[in-house]
Parts: sequence; structure tokens; C-alpha cells
Amino acid sequence: MNGINGPALAVFTALFLLVTVLGFFAGRWRRADLHQLDEWGLGGRRFGTIVTWFLLGGDLYTAYTFIAVPALVFGQGAIGFFAMPYTIIAYPFVFMVMPRMWSVSHRHGYITAADFVRGRFDSPALALAVAATGILATMPYIALQLVGIQVVLGAMGIQGSGWMAELPLVGAFVILAAYTYQSGLRAPALIAVVKDAIIYVTVLAAVMIIPAKLGGYSAIFAAVPPAKLLLTPPSAGTLGQFSAYATLAFGSALALFLYPHSMTGVLSSSGRGVIRRNSAMLPAYSFLLGLIALLGYMAVAAKVDKVPAFLGGFQQYGPNFAVPALFLHLFPSWFAGFAFAAIAIGALVPAAIMSIAAANLFTRNIYKEFLRPSCAGKEESTVAKVASLVVKFGALAFIVLVPQKYAIQLQLLGGVWILQTFPAVVVGLYTRRLHRWGLLAGWITGMTLGTWMARALSFKANVYPLAIGGLVIPGYTALWALLANFTVAIVVSAALNGAGVAQGKDATSAEDYGG
Amino acid sequence: MRRFWRWELLLIVPFVGTLWVPFYNALEPRIGGIPYFYWYQFLWVGISATLTAVVYFAIRGGDR
Repeated sequence: MNGINGPALAVFTALFLLVTVLGFFAGRWRRADLHQLDEWGLGGRRFGTIVTWFLLGGDLYTAYTFIAVPALVFGQGAIGFFAMPYTIIAYPFVFMVMPRMWSVSHRHGYITAADFVRGRFDSPALALAVAATGILATMPYIALQLVGIQVVLGAMGIQGSGWMAELPLVGAFVILAAYTYQSGLRAPALIAVVKDAIIYVTVLAAVMIIPAKLGGYSAIFAAVPPAKLLLTPPSAGTLGQFSAYATLAFGSALALFLYPHSMTGVLSSSGRGVIRRNSAMLPAYSFLLGLIALLGYMAVAAKVDKVPAFLGGFQQYGPNFAVPALFLHLFPSWFAGFAFAAIAIGALVPAAIMSIAAANLFTRNIYKEFLRPSCAGKEESTVAKVASLVVKFGALAFIVLVPQKYAIQLQLLGGVWILQTFPAVVVGLYTRRLHRWGLLAGWITGMTLGTWMARALSFKANVYPLAIGGLVIPGYTALWALLANFTVAIVVSAALNGAGVAQGKDATSAEDYGG
Repeated sequence: MRRFWRWELLLIVPFVGTLWVPFYNALEPRIGGIPYFYWYQFLWVGISATLTAVVYFAIRGGDR
């Protein structure tokens, strides 16, 4: 950790430059007028099965997978493996729900979830709530990506003291901002292909070479304290880690495709069949995610936290340093640089997609709806470009204001908020029985309770031990908040519908949703 | 029978298989040194993908 790691940095820089050039070139790919929001923000809605696979995969294969999940497994054991069931069940859910979202959006030209809510419930206020939630929830998720970049840069010796410490982060940030601004969604879509290629090489090398060097999986699992390998079972008065594990997985899965960027991935595809085919193909990512999660145990087995050269890294980045340390420890420098490029680019692509998606939300559902209804064409896409910058600065703020031991908490915090749009967006795809004001009341309740619980945990943990009777049920805050959200939404809707309060006019009709 | 059976119901299976922790919170039996807890969940990636593919082909006719 002392001084710059030359070979690693050289390989890293070369790959990074390649990708940057690609990012700027992307604007010419399937050339169109990038001053139109549809083109800049949705790639013209023409992405087929393959591009969509890379694009949606890019949403999953991020610093979350490479840094955050293994860090949790490294530090806390089995509970960190919840990412596995999370990514398994996310896809059956997408298979069922998202074709409906695609159909109705295609029919009415919606490009965000808030567009849909606006049309379905005839309520600008509810649409505003959904849009604001999407923008807010995206920020900590982008922050997680920036943390990932920061950690691998630090691992190559690029760190300083004082304000210099932030320089590399700012550099990466500027590059990301620039090519996103220039090329829109085409940039991450094109880069995703290159990114996946180097990620596959990295992952395959890691899961084949590292276990061999550590004496096989038996030796790796034997090196981990047995208590860490399993979840704490329920005992008198508490459900232990069982309920935490299941609710983290379930809540994360429901939340995944409510994020603006996943919605972008879905809506930029060229049809329902594309979404369904991808739901069956994307679990390939889940399998690799599981293998990468096990890198956490490999770091335990390699005792990287005891290696003197890495002490500084662990001191500065905590458990998030586990995977970079493992790579530096077991691979030649040049390959560590290759792997770090995979991680950094794997963080940049989703960060770009996320900021574009949040920008779409701001432009369509806040700026145009409330500030400048006449805005169109070039003005619309310019506002979106600027908004994408603002969102990234919001993400930086999360890093500075709430430093996290475990980066994964940032993503879970985003999940707490975004899940509160579930009743309006997902239930709304099936029924209008929930009243628009009922949904808004539920949303307010869920956001308040979720944020309150997160605050009670100092924004550093997301499993809240709820005591019901004599039983303590540790569960993901997002789900507790969603339960309260639903309860209020249902009760208020029943009251309003009973009193005959106007429902508003539904802009969509049953056949718009297809099958 | 036709009224109650929908292919999509198959998609509930992965939720049950992966979210009911008592099914798999155990170390034994191991496969290739990997504890049950871990390979069980890896197995479900395949099962879930297969079920999704089955449903895809079964309902494809009505999905254009």
C-alpha cells in the first residue's frame, strides 16, 4: 500500500482510456438526434435481446457485486450471501410484472414509472412523489459505485491526504459525467459489452485460480469460523438472522426493478419478448454473483487483513478492501490492474445509467410537469443532461456525509426509499382499486417510517428488530416500511372510495397492458 | 382444471425454495467441500432459470 503500483496502474489506465474513447464514440452508434430525450435517454427504444442483456446485466454487475457483497461476507459471514436469493427471485418477478409495464409505456410513450403513475391515477402529486423517490434512492446507489472506484484506486496506491485524497475520485467522476452528457444511454450500452468481456475474464480467473492457490473450496470453508458459515437460528424470543436474511433478499428483489435505471433498461428494450427472454437468461449473472460473494471467504482464508502491506488499506476502507487486497495478494500486479479496471468500469457503467435515469425523471416529471410545461426537444434533453450532473453530486454528498463501514448499506438505504413506490407502480399495473390519495398517504407513511428506522440505525444498518408481542423479528427496514405503506393505502382507499371521492380519469385501458 | 392452472404459477416456486431459510441453513451434506447452505442456493439459480424458460415457451403463443 506504500507508493504507486506501476504495472497495475498502467494496465488499469490503458483499459480505462479505451472505454472512455468508446464512451465518446457511442454518440455515433445507431446515429440519431441526441437532442431528443427519447434518443439521449432511452437509446431510441431499439435495444434487442442482446443489448438489453448487457444493459440490464450492467445494473447488477456493479461495485455492489464486486466490492460490497464480498465485503459483507468477509466481515459478517453467511448473512452477506442474501444477495444470492435476492438475484434469483428478482427475475421471476420481472418476468411477470415488467412486460405489462413495457406494453402500457410503449402504448402511451411513457419513459419513466412516474409517467405511468401520472396517466394511470390522473395525479401529478402522486407522480411527483414517485419521481422524487426515484431520484433520492438513486443517489446512495451511485455513491456505492463511487466508493468501489475509490477503493480500487486506493489499492493501486492512488491516495493522498486532505483534499488530494478526493482527486482520483473527482477525475473518474468527471470522465463519467462528460461522456454521459455527450452520448446519453448509448455510451453505457456500448461500454457494457467491453466491460462484461473484461469482467468475465476477471471472474473466471478469480474463481479458478484463487481457490486453487488456497487449497480448494474445502480449505477455504474450513478456514472460516463455523459460526460464520451459517445464519444464527431462531432462539427464545427472536427469529435470529433467518428473518433478516429472507427479508433482505425479498425486499431487495422487489426493489430492484423499481429503480429508475432498471426501468430504463426495461423500457429501452424493443419488446415484451425481449424482457421475458432476458428474465430466463439473466440468472447467469446470479451464478457468478454467488461465486464472487465467496471471494469474501477466500479473503478470510488468505488472511489478507493480517498482511502488513494491506493494514493501511483496511484501516482506510474497512472490509470493502477485502477483494482488492485478495487480488493484490494472489495475482501478479498487471492482472490486479486488469481486475481493478473491471471493477472500476463495472462501477462507472451503472453509475452512468443511474444518473441518466434519474435525469429522465427530473426532466419529465418535475421540470416539465411543474416548472416549464412548454419545454420540449432540445431544451428537454439539455435539462436532463444538467440534471444527470446534479444527481452525481448528490451521490458524492452521500459519501461525504454518511461514511459507511459496509458499502452495501448504501444500496440497502436506496432500497428502503424506492420500495415505497411499489403500491403505486406495481400494484397500479394490475388494479386501480387503491385510491390516488390513499396511495399518497401510504407513500408518506412508508417514507417517514423507513427514514425514521434508518435514522434510528444511524443510516449504517438496515435490519430493524421489530418487536411484536414477545417476539423480536429482525427484518429489512424497507419491508417494514412497505407493510405500513400498504396498510395505510388500503385503509385510506377504502374510506375514500366508500365516501365516493373522485378517482380521477384513467388514461390507460385494460388492453394497453397486453396479455 | 384449465381455469385454475396458469403456467405463471410455476414462478412462485423459486420464492418458496430460496426464502424459507430452514430448508437450507445447514453445513452437511457438503459437495466438493462446499457446505449445503451454499450449493443449495447455487442450485436454485439453475432451477429458477429453467422454470422461467419453461413458462416462457409455454405462454409464448399469447405474447406478441
